[in-house]
Amino acid sequence: MSITVQIPTALRRLTAGTPHLTCAASNLPELFSVLDTQFPDLKPHLRDEAGQTRRFLNVYVNEEDIRFLGGNTYAFRDGDEVLLVPSIAGGSPARE
Amino acid sequence: MSSYELRCRECGKTWGNQPRSICADCFSPLEVTYDYDSIRSLVSRELFASRAPNLWRYRELLPLPDGCQPTLPTGFTPLLRAPQLGPKIGSSNVYLKNDAVCLPTLSFKDRVVAVALANARHFGFDTVACSSTGNLANAVAAQAAREGFKAWIFIPSDLEPAKVLGTQVFGAQLVRINGNYDQVNRLCSQIADEHSWGFVNVNLRPYYAEGSKTVGFEIAEQLGWRLPDNIVVPMAGGSLITKIKKAFDELVQLGLVEPKLVKFFGAQATGCSPISTAVKQYSKEIEPQRPATIARSLAIGNPADGHYAVKAITSSGGWSEDVSDVEVVASIKLLAESEGIFTETAGGVTVGTARKLIRQDRILPEETTVLCITGNGLKTTDVLAGQYETETPIAPKLREFEALLENKLSGVPTFAGEKPALPVEV
Repeated sequence: MSITVQIPTALRRLTAGTPHLTCAASNLPELFSVLDTQFPDLKPHLRDEAGQTRRFLNVYVNEEDIRFLGGNTYAFRDGDEVLLVPSIAGGSPARE
Repeated sequence: MSSYELRCRECGKTWGNQPRSICADCFSPLEVTYDYDSIRSLVSRELFASRAPNLWRYRELLPLPDGCQPTLPTGFTPLLRAPQLGPKIGSSNVYLKNDAVCLPTLSFKDRVVAVALANARHFGFDTVACSSTGNLANAVAAQAAREGFKAWIFIPSDLEPAKVLGTQVFGAQLVRINGNYDQVNRLCSQIADEHSWGFVNVNLRPYYAEGSKTVGFEIAEQLGWRLPDNIVVPMAGGSLITKIKKAFDELVQLGLVEPKLVKFFGAQATGCSPISTAVKQYSKEIEPQRPATIARSLAIGNPADGHYAVKAITSSGGWSEDVSDVEVVASIKLLAESEGIFTETAGGVTVGTARKLIRQDRILPEETTVLCITGNGLKTTDVLAGQYETETPIAPKLREFEALLENKLSGVPTFAGEKPALPVEV
Protein backbone atom coordinates (compact mmCIF):
# COMPACT_ATOMS: atom_id res chain seq x y z
CA MET A 1 0.00 0.00 0.00
CA SER A 2 1.26 3.48 -0.73
CA ILE A 3 0.03 7.02 -0.41
CA THR A 4 1.31 10.24 -1.95
CA VAL A 5 1.91 13.37 0.09
CA GLN A 6 1.96 16.75 -1.66
CA ILE A 7 4.13 19.43 -0.03
CA PRO A 8 3.00 23.00 -0.80
CA THR A 9 5.52 25.68 -1.74
CA ALA A 10 5.35 27.30 1.69
CA LEU A 11 6.72 24.13 3.34
CA ARG A 12 9.29 23.10 0.73
CA ARG A 13 11.98 25.21 2.32
CA LEU A 14 11.89 22.59 5.08
CA THR A 15 11.92 19.60 2.74
CA ALA A 16 14.96 20.60 0.68
CA GLY A 17 12.61 21.48 -2.15
CA THR A 18 10.92 18.09 -2.26
CA PRO A 19 7.41 18.68 -3.72
CA HIS A 20 5.96 15.26 -2.88
CA LEU A 21 6.80 11.88 -1.51
CA THR A 22 5.36 8.40 -1.53
CA CYS A 23 5.21 6.30 1.62
CA ALA A 24 3.33 3.46 3.28
CA ALA A 25 2.02 5.24 6.38
CA SER A 26 -1.29 3.77 7.48
CA ASN A 27 -2.65 6.81 9.32
CA LEU A 28 -1.85 10.45 10.06
CA PRO A 29 0.32 9.90 13.17
CA GLU A 30 2.36 7.41 11.18
CA LEU A 31 2.64 9.82 8.28
CA PHE A 32 3.90 12.55 10.60
CA SER A 33 6.52 10.12 11.93
CA VAL A 34 7.67 9.40 8.39
CA LEU A 35 7.92 13.13 7.66
CA ASP A 36 9.75 13.73 10.98
CA THR A 37 12.40 11.23 9.96
CA GLN A 38 12.78 12.36 6.38
CA PHE A 39 12.51 16.10 6.99
CA PRO A 40 13.64 16.94 10.55
CA ASP A 41 13.22 20.69 9.86
CA LEU A 42 9.52 20.14 9.17
CA LYS A 43 8.91 18.26 12.42
CA PRO A 44 8.13 21.19 14.75
CA HIS A 45 5.57 22.56 12.29
CA LEU A 46 3.37 19.47 12.10
CA ARG A 47 2.26 18.90 15.69
CA ASP A 48 1.93 21.03 18.81
CA GLU A 49 3.30 20.22 22.26
CA ALA A 50 0.27 18.03 22.96
CA GLY A 51 0.88 16.00 19.81
CA GLN A 52 -2.14 17.42 17.98
CA THR A 53 -1.97 18.68 14.40
CA ARG A 54 -0.96 22.33 14.56
CA ARG A 55 -3.80 24.87 14.59
CA PHE A 56 -2.84 26.48 11.30
CA LEU A 57 -2.06 23.29 9.39
CA ASN A 58 -4.84 21.67 7.39
CA VAL A 59 -4.55 18.10 6.14
CA TYR A 60 -6.65 16.93 3.21
CA VAL A 61 -7.09 13.42 1.85
CA ASN A 62 -8.30 13.34 -1.75
CA GLU A 63 -9.67 16.90 -1.40
CA GLU A 64 -11.45 16.16 1.91
CA ASP A 65 -10.45 17.69 5.24
CA ILE A 66 -9.11 14.75 7.24
CA ARG A 67 -11.07 15.92 10.29
CA PHE A 68 -14.27 14.93 8.48
CA LEU A 69 -12.80 11.46 7.88
CA GLY A 70 -11.90 10.75 11.49
CA GLY A 71 -8.64 12.69 11.83
CA ASN A 72 -5.91 10.61 13.45
CA THR A 73 -8.05 7.48 13.30
CA TYR A 74 -8.60 7.58 9.53
CA ALA A 75 -6.89 4.57 7.89
CA PHE A 76 -5.20 5.59 4.65
CA ARG A 77 -6.14 3.57 1.60
CA ASP A 78 -3.89 2.60 -1.26
CA GLY A 79 -3.51 5.52 -3.64
CA ASP A 80 -4.72 8.19 -1.21
CA GLU A 81 -3.40 11.63 -2.05
CA VAL A 82 -2.60 13.67 1.05
CA LEU A 83 -2.20 17.43 0.92
CA LEU A 84 -0.69 19.59 3.68
CA VAL A 85 -1.88 23.20 3.52
CA PRO A 86 -1.01 25.85 6.07
CA SER A 87 -4.22 27.81 6.62
CA ILE A 88 -4.58 30.73 4.14
CA ALA A 89 -1.12 30.01 2.77
CA GLY A 90 -0.14 30.34 -0.84
CA GLY A 91 0.99 32.89 -3.29
CA SER A 92 3.71 33.80 -5.71
CA PRO A 93 5.30 37.22 -6.05
CA ALA A 94 4.28 39.41 -8.97
CA ARG A 95 6.26 38.74 -12.12
CA GLU A 96 9.04 41.23 -12.77
CA MET B 1 9.63 54.40 5.00
CA SER B 2 6.22 52.96 5.81
CA SER B 3 4.73 53.29 9.25
CA TYR B 4 3.40 49.75 9.00
CA GLU B 5 4.64 46.24 8.32
CA LEU B 6 3.68 42.60 8.56
CA ARG B 7 4.15 40.79 11.84
CA CYS B 8 3.48 37.18 12.81
CA ARG B 9 0.52 36.92 15.16
CA GLU B 10 2.14 34.06 17.06
CA CYS B 11 5.95 34.36 17.06
CA GLY B 12 6.11 38.14 16.51
CA LYS B 13 8.67 38.06 13.70
CA THR B 14 8.35 40.98 11.28
CA TRP B 15 8.32 40.56 7.51
CA GLY B 16 8.35 44.08 6.08
CA ASN B 17 5.74 44.57 3.37
CA GLN B 18 5.20 41.85 0.79
CA PRO B 19 2.36 39.72 -0.60
CA ARG B 20 2.44 37.05 2.05
CA SER B 21 -0.14 35.82 4.56
CA ILE B 22 1.77 33.42 6.78
CA CYS B 23 5.01 33.46 8.72
CA ALA B 24 7.70 31.49 6.88
CA ASP B 25 9.14 30.45 10.25
CA CYS B 26 6.10 29.16 12.11
CA PHE B 27 3.32 29.21 9.43
CA SER B 28 1.00 31.28 11.62
CA PRO B 29 -1.00 34.18 10.13
CA LEU B 30 0.56 37.59 9.62
CA GLU B 31 -1.11 40.89 10.35
CA VAL B 32 -0.28 44.52 9.73
CA THR B 33 1.16 46.41 12.69
CA TYR B 34 1.77 50.13 12.87
CA ASP B 35 4.19 52.52 14.46
CA TYR B 36 1.57 54.09 16.72
CA ASP B 37 4.04 56.48 18.32
CA SER B 38 4.66 58.18 15.00
CA ILE B 39 0.97 58.07 14.03
CA ARG B 40 -0.21 59.61 17.31
CA SER B 41 1.18 63.04 16.48
CA LEU B 42 -0.32 62.98 12.98
CA VAL B 43 -3.97 62.21 13.69
CA SER B 44 -6.85 63.84 15.51
CA ARG B 45 -10.64 63.69 15.54
CA GLU B 46 -10.69 67.02 13.73
CA LEU B 47 -8.35 65.82 10.98
CA PHE B 48 -10.46 62.73 10.26
CA ALA B 49 -13.70 64.73 10.41
CA SER B 50 -12.33 67.34 7.99
CA ARG B 51 -11.85 64.79 5.21
CA ALA B 52 -14.28 63.44 2.62
CA PRO B 53 -16.85 60.97 3.97
CA ASN B 54 -15.23 57.72 2.86
CA LEU B 55 -12.93 55.16 4.43
CA TRP B 56 -9.76 56.89 3.21
CA ARG B 57 -10.28 59.54 5.89
CA TYR B 58 -8.59 57.06 8.26
CA ARG B 59 -5.67 56.47 5.90
CA GLU B 60 -2.97 56.83 8.57
CA LEU B 61 -4.46 53.70 10.17
CA LEU B 62 -4.59 51.71 6.95
CA PRO B 63 -1.75 50.00 5.08
CA LEU B 64 -1.63 52.42 2.17
CA PRO B 65 1.61 52.43 0.17
CA ASP B 66 3.45 55.74 -0.06
CA GLY B 67 2.15 57.88 -2.89
CA CYS B 68 -1.11 55.91 -3.19
CA GLN B 69 -4.03 58.26 -3.88
CA PRO B 70 -7.16 56.12 -3.95
CA THR B 71 -10.14 57.67 -5.68
CA LEU B 72 -12.96 55.23 -4.95
CA PRO B 73 -15.26 56.80 -2.35
CA THR B 74 -16.20 53.63 -0.50
CA GLY B 75 -17.24 53.27 3.13
CA PHE B 76 -18.69 55.82 5.54
CA THR B 77 -22.07 54.16 5.46
CA PRO B 78 -24.90 55.37 7.71
CA LEU B 79 -25.12 54.53 11.39
CA LEU B 80 -28.83 54.68 12.15
CA ARG B 81 -30.81 54.54 15.35
CA ALA B 82 -33.39 51.78 15.22
CA PRO B 83 -36.34 53.11 17.22
CA GLN B 84 -38.86 50.66 15.71
CA LEU B 85 -36.68 47.56 15.69
CA GLY B 86 -35.26 48.13 19.18
CA PRO B 87 -38.45 47.54 21.20
CA LYS B 88 -39.34 44.54 19.01
CA ILE B 89 -36.10 42.80 19.96
CA GLY B 90 -36.13 44.05 23.54
CA SER B 91 -33.74 47.00 23.49
CA SER B 92 -34.22 50.75 23.72
CA ASN B 93 -30.81 51.67 22.37
CA VAL B 94 -30.05 49.87 19.11
CA TYR B 95 -28.03 51.26 16.21
CA LEU B 96 -27.60 49.77 12.75
CA LYS B 97 -24.32 50.12 10.86
CA ASN B 98 -25.73 49.85 7.37
CA ASP B 99 -23.18 48.43 4.94
CA ALA B 100 -26.07 47.21 2.80
CA VAL B 101 -25.49 50.54 1.06
CA CYS B 102 -21.69 50.42 0.91
CA LEU B 103 -20.41 51.39 -2.52
CA PRO B 104 -19.80 50.15 -5.12
CA THR B 105 -21.31 46.66 -4.61
CA LEU B 106 -23.51 46.97 -1.52
CA SER B 107 -21.56 45.01 1.07
CA PHE B 108 -18.77 45.60 3.58
CA LYS B 109 -16.45 43.67 1.28
CA ASP B 110 -16.03 46.84 -0.76
CA ARG B 111 -13.91 48.13 2.11
CA VAL B 112 -11.45 45.26 2.24
CA VAL B 113 -11.08 45.09 -1.50
CA ALA B 114 -10.30 48.82 -1.74
CA VAL B 115 -7.35 48.35 0.61
CA ALA B 116 -6.27 45.06 -1.01
CA LEU B 117 -6.17 46.50 -4.53
CA ALA B 118 -4.13 49.52 -3.45
CA ASN B 119 -1.54 46.99 -2.29
CA ALA B 120 -1.93 44.71 -5.32
CA ARG B 121 -0.96 47.70 -7.48
CA HIS B 122 1.99 48.52 -5.22
CA PHE B 123 3.28 44.93 -5.39
CA GLY B 124 3.08 44.93 -9.19
CA PHE B 125 0.26 42.47 -9.80
CA ASP B 126 -1.72 42.87 -13.02
CA THR B 127 -4.25 40.20 -12.03
CA VAL B 128 -6.26 39.96 -8.84
CA ALA B 129 -8.25 36.98 -7.61
CA CYS B 130 -10.29 35.68 -4.70
CA SER B 131 -12.25 32.77 -3.33
CA SER B 132 -15.65 34.03 -2.33
CA THR B 133 -19.10 33.26 -0.99
CA GLY B 134 -20.41 36.04 -3.25
CA ASN B 135 -20.04 39.51 -1.81
CA LEU B 136 -16.27 39.47 -2.11
CA ALA B 137 -16.63 38.23 -5.69
CA ASN B 138 -18.79 41.25 -6.53
CA ALA B 139 -16.42 43.67 -4.82
CA VAL B 140 -13.25 42.32 -6.45
CA ALA B 141 -14.87 42.18 -9.90
CA ALA B 142 -16.17 45.75 -9.71
CA GLN B 143 -13.06 47.39 -8.32
CA ALA B 144 -10.75 45.39 -10.63
CA ALA B 145 -12.73 46.76 -13.57
CA ARG B 146 -12.38 50.32 -12.31
CA GLU B 147 -8.70 49.99 -11.43
CA GLY B 148 -7.70 48.13 -14.62
CA PHE B 149 -6.82 44.73 -13.16
CA LYS B 150 -7.71 41.40 -14.71
CA ALA B 151 -9.84 39.42 -12.25
CA TRP B 152 -10.25 35.71 -11.56
CA ILE B 153 -13.05 34.85 -9.18
CA PHE B 154 -13.57 31.41 -7.63
CA ILE B 155 -16.96 30.57 -6.12
CA PRO B 156 -18.96 27.55 -4.94
CA SER B 157 -21.31 26.52 -7.74
CA ASP B 158 -24.49 26.98 -5.66
CA LEU B 159 -24.25 30.74 -5.04
CA GLU B 160 -27.27 33.01 -5.32
CA PRO B 161 -27.95 34.00 -8.98
CA ALA B 162 -27.71 37.73 -8.17
CA LYS B 163 -24.20 37.28 -6.79
CA VAL B 164 -23.11 35.32 -9.85
CA LEU B 165 -24.55 37.89 -12.25
CA GLY B 166 -23.19 40.70 -10.08
CA THR B 167 -19.70 39.31 -10.71
CA GLN B 168 -20.01 38.51 -14.41
CA VAL B 169 -21.34 41.95 -15.31
CA PHE B 170 -17.97 43.51 -14.48
CA GLY B 171 -16.17 41.31 -16.99
CA ALA B 172 -14.38 39.13 -14.46
CA GLN B 173 -13.35 35.54 -15.20
CA LEU B 174 -15.68 33.47 -13.03
CA VAL B 175 -14.79 29.92 -12.05
CA ARG B 176 -17.63 27.92 -10.49
CA ILE B 177 -16.48 24.98 -8.42
CA ASN B 178 -18.45 21.91 -7.44
CA GLY B 179 -17.75 22.15 -3.76
CA ASN B 180 -18.33 24.33 -0.73
CA TYR B 181 -16.40 27.49 0.11
CA ASP B 182 -13.81 25.63 2.16
CA GLN B 183 -12.97 23.48 -0.84
CA VAL B 184 -12.83 26.55 -3.10
CA ASN B 185 -10.53 28.23 -0.59
CA ARG B 186 -8.21 25.22 -0.37
CA LEU B 187 -7.99 25.12 -4.16
CA CYS B 188 -7.15 28.84 -4.22
CA SER B 189 -4.22 28.21 -1.86
CA GLN B 190 -2.89 25.80 -4.46
CA ILE B 191 -3.64 28.08 -7.42
CA ALA B 192 -1.96 31.00 -5.65
CA ASP B 193 1.25 28.97 -5.50
CA GLU B 194 1.21 28.42 -9.25
CA HIS B 195 0.17 31.83 -10.58
CA SER B 196 1.57 35.28 -9.90
CA TRP B 197 -1.76 36.78 -8.96
CA GLY B 198 -2.79 39.00 -6.10
CA PHE B 199 -5.30 36.82 -4.25
CA VAL B 200 -6.98 39.35 -2.01
CA ASN B 201 -7.84 36.81 0.67
CA VAL B 202 -4.76 34.62 0.33
CA ASN B 203 -1.43 36.36 -0.28
CA LEU B 204 -2.86 39.89 0.18
CA ARG B 205 -4.97 38.84 3.17
CA PRO B 206 -3.18 40.82 5.90
CA TYR B 207 -3.68 44.07 3.94
CA TYR B 208 -7.20 43.20 2.82
CA ALA B 209 -8.32 42.43 6.37
CA GLU B 210 -7.26 45.87 7.59
CA GLY B 211 -10.01 47.41 5.47
CA SER B 212 -12.55 45.94 7.91
CA LYS B 213 -11.24 48.20 10.66
CA THR B 214 -12.95 51.13 8.99
CA VAL B 215 -16.32 49.74 10.14
CA GLY B 216 -15.09 50.25 13.69
CA PHE B 217 -13.56 53.69 13.08
CA GLU B 218 -16.80 54.91 11.52
CA ILE B 219 -19.01 53.57 14.32
CA ALA B 220 -16.88 55.38 16.91
CA GLU B 221 -16.87 58.63 14.95
CA GLN B 222 -20.60 58.43 14.19
CA LEU B 223 -21.38 57.86 17.87
CA GLY B 224 -19.59 61.15 18.57
CA TRP B 225 -16.14 59.64 19.18
CA ARG B 226 -17.25 57.15 21.76
CA LEU B 227 -17.49 53.38 21.77
CA PRO B 228 -20.72 51.40 22.12
CA ASP B 229 -21.38 49.01 25.01
CA ASN B 230 -21.99 46.07 22.69
CA ILE B 231 -21.51 45.19 19.05
CA VAL B 232 -23.08 42.26 17.20
CA VAL B 233 -21.11 41.10 14.17
CA PRO B 234 -21.88 38.32 11.66
CA MET B 235 -19.08 35.78 11.31
CA ALA B 236 -17.98 33.80 8.28
CA GLY B 237 -14.19 33.52 8.30
CA GLY B 238 -14.17 35.45 11.57
CA SER B 239 -11.98 38.33 10.37
CA LEU B 240 -14.45 41.23 10.61
CA ILE B 241 -15.12 40.90 14.34
CA THR B 242 -11.40 40.77 15.15
CA LYS B 243 -10.72 43.83 13.00
CA ILE B 244 -13.49 45.92 14.55
CA LYS B 245 -11.94 45.10 17.90
CA LYS B 246 -8.53 46.13 16.56
CA ALA B 247 -10.04 49.40 15.34
CA PHE B 248 -11.54 50.21 18.75
CA ASP B 249 -8.26 49.28 20.47
CA GLU B 250 -6.31 51.55 18.11
CA LEU B 251 -8.63 54.50 18.77
CA VAL B 252 -8.15 54.03 22.50
CA GLN B 253 -4.40 53.66 22.11
CA LEU B 254 -4.21 56.87 20.08
CA GLY B 255 -6.32 58.77 22.61
CA LEU B 256 -9.15 59.38 20.12
CA VAL B 257 -11.83 57.78 22.31
CA GLU B 258 -12.16 57.10 26.03
CA PRO B 259 -11.13 53.58 27.00
CA LYS B 260 -14.08 51.22 27.32
CA LEU B 261 -14.50 47.46 27.42
CA VAL B 262 -16.82 46.90 24.48
CA LYS B 263 -18.48 43.49 24.49
CA PHE B 264 -18.17 41.67 21.16
CA PHE B 265 -20.95 39.31 20.13
CA GLY B 266 -20.55 36.98 17.17
CA ALA B 267 -23.51 35.89 15.05
CA GLN B 268 -23.74 32.75 12.93
CA ALA B 269 -26.35 30.58 11.26
CA THR B 270 -26.90 27.34 13.17
CA GLY B 271 -26.30 25.42 9.93
CA CYS B 272 -22.75 26.75 9.85
CA SER B 273 -21.68 27.69 13.35
CA PRO B 274 -18.12 26.53 14.02
CA ILE B 275 -17.20 29.75 15.84
CA SER B 276 -20.33 30.13 17.98
CA THR B 277 -20.11 26.44 18.84
CA ALA B 278 -16.54 26.89 20.09
CA VAL B 279 -17.55 29.91 22.19
CA LYS B 280 -20.53 28.10 23.68
CA GLN B 281 -18.34 25.11 24.52
CA TYR B 282 -15.68 27.34 26.09
CA SER B 283 -13.18 25.97 23.57
CA LYS B 284 -10.36 27.91 21.93
CA GLU B 285 -10.20 25.50 18.99
CA ILE B 286 -12.49 25.38 15.99
CA GLU B 287 -14.04 22.10 14.88
CA PRO B 288 -14.79 22.45 11.17
CA GLN B 289 -18.36 21.89 9.97
CA ARG B 290 -20.00 21.12 6.65
CA PRO B 291 -22.15 24.19 5.98
CA ALA B 292 -25.91 23.72 5.53
CA THR B 293 -27.63 27.10 5.67
CA ILE B 294 -29.38 29.62 3.46
CA ALA B 295 -26.93 32.23 4.80
CA ARG B 296 -24.47 31.36 2.07
CA SER B 297 -22.32 34.45 2.57
CA LEU B 298 -21.51 33.08 6.05
CA ALA B 299 -21.17 29.44 4.98
CA ILE B 300 -17.53 28.88 5.90
CA GLY B 301 -17.11 25.65 7.85
CA ASN B 302 -13.37 26.04 8.49
CA PRO B 303 -12.99 29.74 9.30
CA ALA B 304 -9.45 31.06 8.79
CA ASP B 305 -9.72 33.55 11.65
CA GLY B 306 -12.04 31.45 13.82
CA HIS B 307 -9.50 31.04 16.59
CA TYR B 308 -8.92 34.79 16.78
CA ALA B 309 -12.66 35.51 16.63
CA VAL B 310 -13.22 33.26 19.66
CA LYS B 311 -10.43 35.10 21.46
CA ALA B 312 -11.85 38.54 20.61
CA ILE B 313 -15.30 37.52 21.85
CA THR B 314 -14.32 35.81 25.08
CA SER B 315 -11.66 38.34 26.08
CA SER B 316 -14.24 41.12 25.76
CA GLY B 317 -16.79 39.44 27.98
CA GLY B 318 -19.06 38.89 24.99
CA TRP B 319 -20.70 35.77 23.67
CA SER B 320 -21.75 34.10 20.46
CA GLU B 321 -25.05 32.65 19.30
CA ASP B 322 -26.55 31.19 16.18
CA VAL B 323 -30.01 31.15 14.64
CA SER B 324 -31.96 28.81 12.36
CA ASP B 325 -32.72 29.52 8.72
CA VAL B 326 -36.37 30.15 9.65
CA GLU B 327 -35.24 32.80 12.11
CA VAL B 328 -32.95 34.31 9.46
CA VAL B 329 -35.86 34.87 7.08
CA ALA B 330 -38.14 36.16 9.84
CA SER B 331 -35.39 38.57 10.95
CA ILE B 332 -34.83 39.89 7.41
CA LYS B 333 -38.55 40.71 7.30
CA LEU B 334 -38.54 42.16 10.81
CA LEU B 335 -35.71 44.57 9.96
CA ALA B 336 -37.29 45.55 6.67
CA GLU B 337 -40.73 46.17 8.18
CA SER B 338 -39.30 48.01 11.20
CA GLU B 339 -36.59 50.21 9.73
CA GLY B 340 -36.93 50.10 5.96
CA ILE B 341 -33.63 48.30 5.51
CA PHE B 342 -33.52 45.27 3.25
CA THR B 343 -30.57 43.13 4.27
CA GLU B 344 -29.28 39.85 2.93
CA THR B 345 -29.26 36.61 4.90
CA ALA B 346 -26.17 37.61 6.92
CA GLY B 347 -28.08 40.63 8.21
CA GLY B 348 -30.94 38.33 9.17
CA VAL B 349 -28.43 36.27 11.12
CA THR B 350 -27.22 39.38 12.94
CA VAL B 351 -30.67 40.68 13.84
CA GLY B 352 -31.92 37.23 14.89
CA THR B 353 -28.84 36.63 17.00
CA ALA B 354 -29.09 40.06 18.66
CA ARG B 355 -32.67 39.29 19.63
CA LYS B 356 -31.58 35.97 21.12
CA LEU B 357 -28.74 37.59 23.08
CA ILE B 358 -31.08 40.23 24.48
CA ARG B 359 -33.52 37.51 25.56
CA GLN B 360 -30.64 35.73 27.27
CA ASP B 361 -29.84 38.96 29.17
CA ARG B 362 -26.34 38.91 27.70
CA ILE B 363 -27.17 42.28 26.13
CA LEU B 364 -29.13 44.60 28.43
CA PRO B 365 -31.98 46.74 27.05
CA GLU B 366 -30.58 50.19 27.84
CA GLU B 367 -27.02 49.52 26.69
CA THR B 368 -25.81 51.06 23.42
CA THR B 369 -25.77 48.15 21.00
CA VAL B 370 -24.63 48.31 17.38
CA LEU B 371 -25.72 45.65 14.89
CA CYS B 372 -23.50 45.28 11.83
CA ILE B 373 -25.61 44.91 8.71
CA THR B 374 -23.03 43.80 6.17
CA GLY B 375 -24.91 43.08 2.96
CA ASN B 376 -27.91 43.92 0.78
CA GLY B 377 -31.13 41.95 0.51
CA LEU B 378 -31.44 42.47 -3.24
CA LYS B 379 -28.63 39.92 -3.63
CA THR B 380 -30.44 37.11 -1.80
CA THR B 381 -34.07 37.53 -2.81
CA ASP B 382 -34.27 33.79 -3.51
CA VAL B 383 -34.63 33.10 0.24
CA LEU B 384 -37.87 35.07 0.28
CA ALA B 385 -39.40 33.01 -2.54
CA GLY B 386 -42.78 31.75 -1.36
CA GLN B 387 -42.99 34.26 1.49
CA TYR B 388 -45.40 36.49 -0.43
CA GLU B 389 -48.30 35.58 -2.71
CA THR B 390 -48.75 37.35 -6.03
CA GLU B 391 -51.78 39.59 -5.72
CA THR B 392 -54.57 38.96 -8.21
CA PRO B 393 -54.51 41.96 -10.59
CA ILE B 394 -57.58 44.17 -10.82
CA ALA B 395 -58.99 46.15 -13.74
CA PRO B 396 -58.07 49.88 -13.81
CA LYS B 397 -61.46 50.76 -12.33
CA LEU B 398 -62.12 52.63 -9.11
CA ARG B 399 -64.89 50.26 -8.07
CA GLU B 400 -62.55 47.29 -8.36
CA PHE B 401 -60.05 49.02 -6.11
CA GLU B 402 -62.78 49.86 -3.59
CA ALA B 403 -63.85 46.22 -3.55
CA LEU B 404 -60.25 45.13 -3.08
CA LEU B 405 -59.80 47.60 -0.24
CA GLU B 406 -62.92 46.31 1.48
CA ASN B 407 -61.67 42.75 1.15
CA LYS B 408 -58.24 43.70 2.50
CA LEU B 409 -59.72 45.50 5.49
CA SER B 410 -61.96 42.55 6.26
CA GLY B 411 -59.13 40.05 5.86
CA VAL B 412 -60.39 38.26 2.76
CA PRO B 413 -57.48 36.86 0.69
CA THR B 414 -56.84 38.95 -2.43
CA PHE B 415 -54.30 36.72 -4.05
CA ALA B 416 -54.78 33.82 -6.37
CA GLY B 417 -53.59 30.78 -4.40
CA GLU B 418 -53.81 29.55 -0.86
CA LYS B 419 -53.14 32.05 1.89
CA PRO B 420 -49.46 31.67 2.90
CA ALA B 421 -48.58 30.47 6.36
CA LEU B 422 -48.09 33.26 8.83
CA PRO B 423 -44.47 34.28 9.31
CA VAL B 424 -42.87 32.19 11.99
CA GLU B 425 -42.43 34.03 15.27
CA VAL B 426 -38.73 34.23 16.16
